[in-house]
Amino acid sequence: MKNKLDFIDIMHGSDGHHRKEDPNSFEYSYQAEITNVYSLTKTEKLYQIQIADPKLRTKFTFKPGQFVMLELPGIGEAPFSISSSPVRHGDIELCIRGAGNFTNFLSRVQRGTKVGLSGPFGTHFPVEKMHGQDLLLIAGGLGIAPLRSPLLSVLENRSRYGRVDIMYGAKNPDELLFTYQHEEWRRFDINLDITVDQADKQWQGRTGLITEILKERIQESTDLANNTFAIVCGPPIMFRFVCDMLTQAGLPMQKMFVSLERRMHCGRGKCCRCNIGSTYTCIDGPVFDYWSVMNLKEAI
Amino acid sequence: MIFKVFPKKKLSLLYELLAVNTMVGPTLKGKDRNGKSLYDFDVLYTFDDLALDYTATIHSAKRFVLPYHEKLSSFDINKTDWKKHVDINVYKPLVFFGMHPCDINALNKLDMVLAGNVYPNPYYIGKRKNIFIVGLDCSPEPQCFCHSMGTDSALHGFDMFLTDLGDKYFVEVLSATAFDFLSQIKSKEPSKKDHQHYKQVNALKNKNFATNVETNDLTKILDLEFDAKAWDQWGDKCLSCGTCSNVCPTCYCYGVEENIDLDLKNANKIRSLHSCNLLDFAKVSGGHNFRPEKSTRLKYRYYHKHRGFVEAFEESLCVGCGRCGQACLADITPPEVIASVRGKE
Repeated sequence: MKNKLDFIDIMHGSDGHHRKEDPNSFEYSYQAEITNVYSLTKTEKLYQIQIADPKLRTKFTFKPGQFVMLELPGIGEAPFSISSSPVRHGDIELCIRGAGNFTNFLSRVQRGTKVGLSGPFGTHFPVEKMHGQDLLLIAGGLGIAPLRSPLLSVLENRSRYGRVDIMYGAKNPDELLFTYQHEEWRRFDINLDITVDQADKQWQGRTGLITEILKERIQESTDLANNTFAIVCGPPIMFRFVCDMLTQAGLPMQKMFVSLERRMHCGRGKCCRCNIGSTYTCIDGPVFDYWSVMNLKEAI
Repeated sequence: MIFKVFPKKKLSLLYELLAVNTMVGPTLKGKDRNGKSLYDFDVLYTFDDLALDYTATIHSAKRFVLPYHEKLSSFDINKTDWKKHVDINVYKPLVFFGMHPCDINALNKLDMVLAGNVYPNPYYIGKRKNIFIVGLDCSPEPQCFCHSMGTDSALHGFDMFLTDLGDKYFVEVLSATAFDFLSQIKSKEPSKKDHQHYKQVNALKNKNFATNVETNDLTKILDLEFDAKAWDQWGDKCLSCGTCSNVCPTCYCYGVEENIDLDLKNANKIRSLHSCNLLDFAKVSGGHNFRPEKSTRLKYRYYHKHRGFVEAFEESLCVGCGRCGQACLADITPPEVIASVRGKE
C-alpha cells in the first residue's frame, strides 16, 4: 500500500549510514564457563572463568581495572572488576564476596557452570603511563580484588617500573585475601606490607591502620611529587584518608588513581544507576584519578 | 526548511492517509475530581479519538520508545547449558499525531543518551527510527516553563509540524515522506500573509508563558548550593514515590531483573524503568546505600537534569513540561525548588 511507512530494521542493516555500532552487540554476552572456584575466606571466593570459544577467548582483551558483567540466566547480572592479569585474555579471575542475591547464588555454584560474560567495560589504571616511575599500590579489604590486576601486570613487567610498594590492610587476618600469593608478591624488588586492624593469636604481622605504613613510606621517599604514581582501592573512607595524606606529601592528585563502586544494571551508560552528576561510573569510571573524584559532588 | 499550508478541514484527510499505519495521539481519558479533562497518548482508532485541543497529557510519549517494562532477552535453559535470544521488540512503524514541542524535544534529548554515546541502545533506536511524528503547536498552560528551558519550539526530531493559523495549518516539513503526504492533500505554498500570520501566532504564544525558571548559571549555583537547607526542606516533603519520574518525558533510568520459570527451562531478562527517588536506587549489595536520605535522592534528580546532563550534553535534560509538578502528591514543582535553591522563595 502506498501510504504504508517503510519499516526500518536496524538489526539487519536497513538503517544505512546512521548506524554507529552493530546493534547486536548491545545485549551480546560471551558464553563462558566457571572452570574453578577457590574459597579465599568465609565470604569471598575466587572464580576462574573461561570464555568457551577459543578464538573469542584470545580475542578478548582488557586492561587492568576494567570490569565485566557476569550473567547467570534467570538469576541476574552484576558487574565485577577483573582480578587477573591482562595477559591471560579471556581466561579471567573474579574475586567475589557473597553479599547479595546474585553473589550468594554464585557462591553455591560449582565448576562447570555456564555463565554469560559481557565487557570489558570502563576505564583502566594507566599502567603504561606509569613506566619508569615508583609505584604505591594500596588496597584495603576487598579493594585487593580490583588492585590485583594492575599488581600482576606490574609484577610481569617489573623492570619497567622503579620502586614498587604494595600496602594491604584488612580488618583481621581471617579476612586477608590471596594469602597463598603473598610470598610470591613479596620479592627482593618489591615491598609488601600487610596490616590488620585486629590481630588474633596466630598473627605475627603488623597491626594498625594502613596510613601508618604509608607514613613510613612517605618519610623514606625523596621526590614523591615527580617520580611516583599511586593506585588506591578500598572503601571510600580509606582512600579518602590515604589520598589526602599523599596529597599533603606532595603527590599530585592526577597521579593517584582510585576505583569507585556503584550500583550498575547495564555497564553501558544507559541505566543511570551508577550516575554521579555528569559522570557514569561504568563508562567514565570505575577508575578515576583523585582530582576527578574530588571534583565530583557526592563521589566519596 | 520547506513550509506548506493547508485548510483545516483537510486535516482529517491527512489523518486518513496516515491511518493505514498504527496511529498514536492524544485522546480524552476522563475527567478529574474538579471536572478538568484528562488526556493521554494512546493508540487511535478513528479521527474522532484524536483530541488536538488537548492540555498536557498525564504521561509523556516515552512509553512508545521506552516501555515501562520490556523484555531484553530470553533464555532456553537445558540443565547446565543455555541459549540466549535477543529481540528488540520492534515490528512496525508508528505515526505519532499531534505531539507538542516539549515532547518532541524530550525525544531529542533521549536520543543523545540512548541513541548516541558509547553504546547505542538498539531497543530504543529501533522504535525511535520507526516513528513518524506530526508535531502540533500548543498554547502555554500555567505549569509550563518550556520557554525557560528553550524547548518551546522544536527544530528537529519530527517529520512535519503543524501550527494553527485559525482556518488553516502552517506546516514545517522535515522529511520526504511528510512532503509526499502533504502533496497528496494538495497543500499549498504559504503566502506572505501566511508568513506574517505565523510569526504573529508565535509571538503571541511567547507572551503567554506564566511560569519562568531562571536558568542562568544554574549549573554553578547548584554546585554552590549543594549543601543548601532548601534540599532538606523539599526532602522532608518528598514521599519518594517516584511519580515524577513516571510522568517525566526524559527520565530513562532503569533496573534489570531476571526471572526464571518454575520448570527452570526458560528465563527472561526484563528491563523496568526506575526512579532515582526510590529508596533502593543507589543501594549496593552488602547493604550500603549511596543516597539513603530522601533529600539527597531528590537533590540528585535535580542535579542530573539541570547540572550533570548540561555538563555532558550542553543542555538541560528537563523540557519544562511541568508534568512532574502536576503529578506530585506533595506539590513539589521544579520552578519552586530551583527558586528556593537560588535563595528566592
